[in-house]
Amino acid sequence: MADGFRAAHWLRTATMACAGAAMLSACATDANADKPKSASSSAKSTPGKSYSRDPYPSTYKAYPGAPTLVTNVTIFDGEGGSIARGQVLFADGKIVAVGETVTAPEGATVIDGTGKVVTPGIIDIHSHLGDYPSPGVEANSDGNEATGPVTADVWAEHSVWPQDPGFSRALANGGVTTLQILPGSANLMGGRSVVLKNVYARTVQGMKFPGAPYGLKMACGENPKRVYGSKGRQPSTRMGNIAVDRQTWAKAVEYKRKWDKYEKDGGDAPTRDIAMDTLRGVLDGEILVQNHCYRADEMAIVMDMAKEFGYHVAAFHHAVEAYKIGDLLKQNGTCAAVWADWWGFKMESYDAISENLALLQKAGACAMIHSDDENGIQRLNQEVAKALAAGRRAGIDISDAVAWEWLTINPAKALGIADRTGSLKAGKMADVVLWNGNPFSVYSRPEKVWIDGALLYDATNPKLRPVSDFELGQPGAGDVK
Amino acid sequence: MKRLLLCAVAFTTTPAAAQSVAIVNAKLVIGDGSAPIEGGTVVVRDGKVIAAGAHIAVPAGVDTVDAGGRWVTPGIVAGFTRMGIIEVDGVSQTNDSGASSSPFHAAIDIAPAVNPKSSSIPLNRAEGVTRAIVAPDNNGSVFAGMGAVIDLGADRDAVTRARAFQFMEYGESGARAGGGSRASAILQFRNALIQARDYARNPAGYADLGKDALLTRADAEALGAVASGRMPLLIHVERASDILVLLDLKREMPALKLVLVGAAEGWTVAPQIAAAHVPVIASALTDLPASFEQLGSTQSNIGRMKAAGVQVGIGMINDNEARQARLEKQYAGNLVALTKLPGATGLDWNSAFAAISSIPAEVIGLGGEIGSLRPGRRGDVVIWSGDPLELDTAALSVWIDGVKQPLETRQGMLRDRYLVPQEGALPKAYQR
Repeated sequence: MADGFRAAHWLRTATMACAGAAMLSACATDANADKPKSASSSAKSTPGKSYSRDPYPSTYKAYPGAPTLVTNVTIFDGEGGSIARGQVLFADGKIVAVGETVTAPEGATVIDGTGKVVTPGIIDIHSHLGDYPSPGVEANSDGNEATGPVTADVWAEHSVWPQDPGFSRALANGGVTTLQILPGSANLMGGRSVVLKNVYARTVQGMKFPGAPYGLKMACGENPKRVYGSKGRQPSTRMGNIAVDRQTWAKAVEYKRKWDKYEKDGGDAPTRDIAMDTLRGVLDGEILVQNHCYRADEMAIVMDMAKEFGYHVAAFHHAVEAYKIGDLLKQNGTCAAVWADWWGFKMESYDAISENLALLQKAGACAMIHSDDENGIQRLNQEVAKALAAGRRAGIDISDAVAWEWLTINPAKALGIADRTGSLKAGKMADVVLWNGNPFSVYSRPEKVWIDGALLYDATNPKLRPVSDFELGQPGAGDVK
Repeated sequence: MKRLLLCAVAFTTTPAAAQSVAIVNAKLVIGDGSAPIEGGTVVVRDGKVIAAGAHIAVPAGVDTVDAGGRWVTPGIVAGFTRMGIIEVDGVSQTNDSGASSSPFHAAIDIAPAVNPKSSSIPLNRAEGVTRAIVAPDNNGSVFAGMGAVIDLGADRDAVTRARAFQFMEYGESGARAGGGSRASAILQFRNALIQARDYARNPAGYADLGKDALLTRADAEALGAVASGRMPLLIHVERASDILVLLDLKREMPALKLVLVGAAEGWTVAPQIAAAHVPVIASALTDLPASFEQLGSTQSNIGRMKAAGVQVGIGMINDNEARQARLEKQYAGNLVALTKLPGATGLDWNSAFAAISSIPAEVIGLGGEIGSLRPGRRGDVVIWSGDPLELDTAALSVWIDGVKQPLETRQGMLRDRYLVPQEGALPKAYQR
């Protein structure tokens, strides 16, 4: 487990909007350069040259796939829709059609899905794969820059080890096609997250989800105050947490004002501050806040702090008490990412209940499952099954198809990528899982997983099973695992 | 002190109100690896199973419960936990699993630390777990101390058997605790057993060693039972080569009643484990090289060991062992799912259920008491809403020692309080 208690892992750990807000990649335009200027205004009217918003760009390219038609299959489309006996067609990396009958091109690969279920690929909004890879030895522990309460300057992608064996297990056992890697929760502002396609590559850039917004990992509660309180410095309390946050946001507002002015009017370039770049991105709505926060009372304070400084919380992670404030979350348009049944490992997880997801759904709030764990990520479908069953036992009627939203479209929304993935809709990335039975049954497993239409896992084909560099030549390499 | 005195006898739990009940019309699982019996009956009288199977006559004077064709099984026996000795892991005052500044190690007896009111007990009971093997954690020695078997009944007597086994760490963790290397750890182990034998031969002479003794007198006394085989020795070990070292020791000291715990790479040396007749309590779904001693991890581990003839049950080793034994049902179900995966080895349903019921009981030496519905066992019975290994199944009724158990939990009360999140005429704090 991650936000638990073991060794290095103890330090890690926890919509919106921005739909379509692709990262602004280039410098400010020079469009006004030729415009005639008056003598008095000429110095100010030349826009300043800004900095790159995307200096480590994605180099991910979809692998080749064949036009594929799955027939006679139960479909959960990821947006609450289902078809008991339908067909899914994808080609050229994109979903082409989903329906009771669809027309397939000549020569398409046809898979009989009788007795099986097809779903969008699972999206885990909270993972530390690559930053806390296996084996979990100190030399590989790259998930928490626990040297100051605000390290908004660090970027999780600069720690990701693309050879982490965990990626393959998330793919083969979990049907996970997209995941967000977050820096850990020792810090109030732990740094930038990165969204990855779950496809091994030689470089982390080769895994980066093209055009996905960055996230800023923030953390409430026990972790920051413990880590820095034990060092005899602020914050050592929850009020200290908020004080340092507010002070930092106040600086960010000022930093943004200076850079906005410079980019508009030119003049002397403000001093660059890598941490403040990230916070400015949040204030501009380009970078989405992913906030580790367990307790209901703290989430409420954070939502008011966001209003105070003009930003928005995309999602609270580890939101074990979200069920107490489903109405507030809905009102603020903030999602909650939760576990099904983790509880009791720390004080702020003591009030966790298995009905959390169902109660959030009942309240009309945006809810999703998340793992924060290299084992849990392998069975997020099962976690939702347990949460769904608990909700039904409490009298909350939620269909299987709607529950699948907790695994795909809702995390896609909270990551700002719902226009490209997260459901089986024509034109979206062909991120698809074929399950060998009902994915809410403990007896089912992924049979095939496609990412951007490329078949990257096939339970029936031992060659379609990734073996990371680390595992090559080790005991059990290439085994089913 | 009272607890200590009680623990001196083998079984301390006297059911408060042992009841007699017959559950009829059940899809009855005995728990011993046999197939479910449709239309089965189980009869519990005075807290013990007296009959279970098809065509069982219900004796006069026994209340009858109609299961309506639902699954009825023995309660789950959690294979390896720290249940009842930790309330919140992150709050050290509530965590009695390890004793970092104690001069004692092997002599530590975890039973007095078990809190029957720990919130993990009602929560796991509500999910059909009725017994748990509870081990102390080690600090400063390869020996952690003596573990207990507990019941999850809603009473003040949690301990089924105190001093049920000695627990020891080997491999990476044992090496750190045992001086810094596996070589020193295994020496600490061997030396301790030699000293324990010396102690047993002449207890009075042992005291003369005084401060120079590597084992305290209490530790030497505790290990005597291990050396003689009167007490099982559970050893946490993961790497195949470490397992072979322990099997060598077992050859050298055949009296030892070894049980391997963890054994992530057990499948690679399964024939040797089977030949040594050493049982295993393994983690079910470990499939990552989480450490260098687990490079060969695979979910097929348990299935392959069983196929090789090893007796293997499921435990919660390094896996939320304080609170989440209820997940063992899900783990067992996953092992069944593996039977449909080409190249993998899982368990059939009957074996999977035995791996969380009778096998852990047998491994710890209590197979004659708990873990199945064979006659003479304690009356730990669960009626389920469906297949107990399936994710949407709930425990509908639970008996422990024949006593019908309450299934309310603190979490259920929180759920009821927040079914509607808004406050009403009074704050939430008035709602209960």
